[in-house]
Amino acid sequence: MKSSVITFPGSNCDRDMDVALKKFGFKNKMVWHNDTELPKSDLVVLPGGFSYGDYLRCGSMASKSKIMKSVMNFANSGGMVMGICNGFQILVETGLVPGVLLRNKYLEFICKNVFVKINNKKNTYFKNIDNDVLEFHIAHNEGNYFCTKDQLKEIEDNEQVAINYCNRVGDLEEQFNPNGSIKNIAGIFNKKKNVLGMMPHPERMIDPSLSGEDGSLFFNNLINNLK
Amino acid sequence: MKISVIITLKKDVLDPQGKVIHQTLDGMGFNDINEVRQGKYFEIDTKESDPKIAKDKVEEMCKKLLANLVIENYKIIDAQ
Repeated sequence: MKSSVITFPGSNCDRDMDVALKKFGFKNKMVWHNDTELPKSDLVVLPGGFSYGDYLRCGSMASKSKIMKSVMNFANSGGMVMGICNGFQILVETGLVPGVLLRNKYLEFICKNVFVKINNKKNTYFKNIDNDVLEFHIAHNEGNYFCTKDQLKEIEDNEQVAINYCNRVGDLEEQFNPNGSIKNIAGIFNKKKNVLGMMPHPERMIDPSLSGEDGSLFFNNLINNLK
Repeated sequence: MKISVIITLKKDVLDPQGKVIHQTLDGMGFNDINEVRQGKYFEIDTKESDPKIAKDKVEEMCKKLLANLVIENYKIIDAQ
């Protein structure tokens, strides 16, 4: 399976993602934001970081960079595109996934492990995964997912919510919501479920000696689903 | 020609920074404030001299980049 990770000026999780993808069998290529063509890929990843210094709105500048035209064409023709953290912020700015990510409710940069409950397993990202709850890491200042009431209805009707913040056993209460996101939303799909944006970082949970292995579950499952 | 634009958060969007500013002002003795909402201001100096065309272009810029219409409104407040 081939993957591409896009590096924007200010990306800082691009190499972690490269390590994670290769560890689970992807042949990964790093792609510079100023390139115009994507290498042949089964998966494109927009990594975390602070693209363009988070100027104007997080992800807004990166969403207009040269490579994004190809990424959008790829996504619109059914290609798998995953945006993590700043990558999620870039995805919402392109309009590939609905909504926006606002400043965290309590104005803090949050850096900690969280639990997320998988809301929809009928897609290439999460099907066949045994666990209902995964432990991932978050590190962000603008992860407060917001959308209009009409958008929320559409998102829920189309089963576009991918994961929600929860506790260890999967309870979805407000107290387990770290950043104020509507309905504890931590990640969402586009309508077709080939594009996934999420704030948590699975690539930080691929080594038991560092943090945990729920990211390993995620990537192993993902590459098997793509095969 | 210089065009000035302000971008404000829509009414039902939470503005935690505005809230903190409100609280701070309140603590300083400005006790009669109902609400503070924080926004953005842009000055765009363009080579275009026709005000109508310049305003239209800036409006396009607002829609495509300067504002995110899910949460923000824009208003061109001055052109000279």
